[in-house]
Amino acid sequence: MTSALAFDLALAALVLAIATLTIAAREAMSAVISFIAYGLLLSLAWVRLRAPDVALTEAAIGAGVTGLLLLGAAATIGDRQAGAAPPLALMLAAGLACALVASGLAATTLVLLPEPAPTLAPPAMASLATTGLGNPVTAVLFVYRALDTLLEKVVLVLALLGVWSLAPDRVWGGVARLGPDAPPRAMLVFLAQLLPPVGMVIAIYMFWTGADHPGGAFQGGAILAAMWLIVLTARLADMPATSHPGLRLLVLAGPMLFAAIGFAGWALADAFLAYPEGYAKPLIILAEAGLTLSIAATLACLVAGPATRTPPP
Amino acid sequence: MTIFAACAALLMGLGLFGLITNPQPLRKIVAFNILGSGVFLLFGIVARRGAAAGVGADPVPQALVITGIVVAFAATAMAVALLLRLFADRGDTRLDHESAAGTEPARDDCRPP
Repeated sequence: MTSALAFDLALAALVLAIATLTIAAREAMSAVISFIAYGLLLSLAWVRLRAPDVALTEAAIGAGVTGLLLLGAAATIGDRQAGAAPPLALMLAAGLACALVASGLAATTLVLLPEPAPTLAPPAMASLATTGLGNPVTAVLFVYRALDTLLEKVVLVLALLGVWSLAPDRVWGGVARLGPDAPPRAMLVFLAQLLPPVGMVIAIYMFWTGADHPGGAFQGGAILAAMWLIVLTARLADMPATSHPGLRLLVLAGPMLFAAIGFAGWALADAFLAYPEGYAKPLIILAEAGLTLSIAATLACLVAGPATRTPPP
Repeated sequence: MTIFAACAALLMGLGLFGLITNPQPLRKIVAFNILGSGVFLLFGIVARRGAAAGVGADPVPQALVITGIVVAFAATAMAVALLLRLFADRGDTRLDHESAAGTEPARDDCRPP
């Protein structure tokens, strides 16, 4: 057995064990904490699958930002009055059904996947030179399938609209509250003062390097959002009111800039979201810069949730 | 690669089990995320199998997964916000409430202004 195989086996076993712990944990809070550990381990599996871009996204958004969101919910709700567990017979039946589904999927993935595997890597690499980019994943996201990426940003904005519209009428357009009511601990305040300058540099580097190396707008935006969230949790700054025009502009700026570049493609390169010859890379960097800021603002607002306090006068 | 393929299938089974059997909505959301990450991992297998032209994994499924992770987060945020609103209005998060006329708690924000 080679060391790589042993590592993969150990990693897969650990991922499965922690996923089982997440499902089986007695308390909601322990389930959420194991879920964060699970997400971080899963990003290692993504590295082993030679997908470092996905690994970064999984660690930053799948484990980090989702984990923070779930931590807040678990702290608020806890385990109060959640309803009774289903009877044992139902549990066994569900377990059997899920085991069947899992073995069917395992059989499909291990045996039935076509050989040789279909791949779009050669055409993606063949056109890479015309985009001026070095990272094929970024090329797929911003050149070949740019419409998906634009619509995904719209999904983020729509989700934020949905979350904000859950605010009760009396605090409409008010301020979202993050973290417990108790004053923050000195350690958290210290970290919130220490980390953001470093995190912002890493976020900008990650956005910038995304053109040629693993990274990009999503990962950079998630790190930027995390920096904003730690400052908010430590109460070093207040969340702007959801009715604040600047915040709304920040959320919309990235998708609108990207859509504007897309419409300009009609005039300059005869297709929606097409880039004129030789200008692909600068336009993509411009769109990514706007999107990084908008993703950061949207992710942070989604974690902070709907308004809970009336807006300041 | 086969190890992670089996891992992905088992994760989907585990997530589905938690989604069905756990009575707490928050735990159902967590289980749904595990189910989703299993599906994403399957995309990772498909990408890795499509390694060609000097790249370690087919970039198209990778880009789909990156989009998927972000959309999954957006859906989770929406679900959590709905759950927290339910909790704020009712004081619990039971999904098996009998919606008889009288059990609805008074809601302060539905009154006409």
